[in-house]
Amino acid sequence: MIPGQFVYHRPSSVAEAVGLLASLGEEARPLAGGHSLIPMMKLRMASPEHLVDLGGLADLKGVREEAGSIVIGATTTQAELIKSDLLANRLPIIRETALLIADPQIRTKGTIGGNVANGDPGNDMPGVMQCLAADYVLTSPAGERVVAARDFYQGAYFTALEAGELLTALRVPVPPAGHGFAYEKLKRKVGDYATAAAAVILTMNGGTVATCSIALTNVAPTPLFAEAASRLVVGTSLDAATVKAAAEAAKAIADPATDGRGTAEYRREMAGVMVARALAKAESRAKGT
Amino acid sequence: MDMSEIDTIPVTVTVNGRKVQRFVEPRTLLIHFLREELNLTGAHIGCETSHCGACTVEIDGQSVKSCTMFAVQADGSAVTTVEGLANPDGTLHALQEGFRQMHGLQCGYCTPGMLMRAKVLLSENPDPTEAEIRHGIAGNLCRCTGYQNIVKAIQYAAAKLNGREFQEAAE
Ligand SMILES: Cc1cc2nc3c(=O)[nH]c(=O)nc-3n(C[C@H](O)[C@H](O)[C@H](O)COP(=O)(O)OP(=O)(O)OC[C@H]3O[C@@H](n4cnc5c(N)ncnc54)[C@H](O)[C@@H]3O)c2cc1C
Ligand code: FES
Ligand code: FES
Repeated sequence: MIPGQFVYHRPSSVAEAVGLLASLGEEARPLAGGHSLIPMMKLRMASPEHLVDLGGLADLKGVREEAGSIVIGATTTQAELIKSDLLANRLPIIRETALLIADPQIRTKGTIGGNVANGDPGNDMPGVMQCLAADYVLTSPAGERVVAARDFYQGAYFTALEAGELLTALRVPVPPAGHGFAYEKLKRKVGDYATAAAAVILTMNGGTVATCSIALTNVAPTPLFAEAASRLVVGTSLDAATVKAAAEAAKAIADPATDGRGTAEYRREMAGVMVARALAKAESRAKGT
Repeated sequence: MDMSEIDTIPVTVTVNGRKVQRFVEPRTLLIHFLREELNLTGAHIGCETSHCGACTVEIDGQSVKSCTMFAVQADGSAVTTVEGLANPDGTLHALQEGFRQMHGLQCGYCTPGMLMRAKVLLSENPDPTEAEIRHGIAGNLCRCTGYQNIVKAIQYAAAKLNGREFQEAAE
């Protein structure tokens, strides 16, 4: 399996990269880690005439803290996310999620920018970014604009990204120290996309949930921020009835397809199970138990 | 666009310590560059779909699946394949010795990828637990061994590299 032909470009600055993308238009695509794009090119599900390799853009790499947010450069690899002490301390859900993506070799190459820009509902980071209320910084020759992860996804492989735009960074607000978190992913085997997965971030005040945010992966054409489910648990002690109601609210917005991972009915049910498990794990972490 | 006009471009890579340059089409995958341009057929092609890990090589100290990377992306890098694994004096690397002593292979198809993955695993985590070894080779499939002896082979190598003797026998 060999990808189709293309012209290769390796810009050395972000300005040069967005200039190329803007002038080449729809026929050009950025190449980040290539671990979604190259498989799609082998299958002729993608046949770009030009690839703009982001590998030479040192500015797009790295994790830093900036005014209450963590800023992650788009070409930071999943392996680098796992190794980042800053993320382990401030946003441990990102490390937990990265470890559930594919396998070590794929994590060497795969980038967070490619993972969230790709638009494949199977990707794990988009739901986590919706859970965290992250923003994406999109750069074009006209300048920068910011789109919330919760507004970015329009359909399978359809996003707010315009031709000629590059996703250059993710800005993630830092949840309070001691927050509870969990990413629960049901998969058939290592390296599989989720049958269903749920992300939870919550804070507790005494025995009561003060804030909560829940999002779902791969149970609809886009990731889903489960707003009603999130709201429902705030002010409760996460008693069994509340957890059940939150799982039901999440299932109500899920719209999975029947595929090799199971029937639509089964996958919707599993979305509820993942929400319940993620809430339980996040609660026990918030309580330090 | 007339694709027949696409030029080959130069790729310079240090492979197993030797600097090489070739002109290739941009779409040339690293595995084909290694096997067909450089005649290094140690890295195998199993699935071509980024799943099996038979094509695993080391690039700048990290493991990659060379079927899912263009050769041009490796420009300027140092690549090590299984051909470059043995010690400079020609004796077997501790991992190769481990696979031999512990019967870590049957047909051998997955072995070059397993060896190269295990090399990076031990460089990052010189004394891994059994669970860490199993997670570390999660991207490498073996149809023959059931993994048991591959894990032991890696434990053997870790022990040897840490100056210990590995006790357990092969199954
Ligand atoms: C066997 C296998 C299993 C996998 N399992 C999982 C899994 O369980 N969960 C998961 O989330 N992922 C999984 N992946 C996908 C992997 O995480 C990819 O690396 C990731 O989805 C894409 O990142 P990339 O850097 O490789 O992007 P690329 O493949 O280079 O790009 C993907 C798409 O995004 C565009 N793009 C890339 N970067 C940018 C940018 N900065 N701005 C704008 N557009 C951009 C590209 O043009 C392309 O259209 C798997 C992949 C494989 C091969
Ligand atoms: S041939 Fe590359 S992963 Fe199977
Ligand atoms: S020894 Fe045959 S595939 Fe592993």
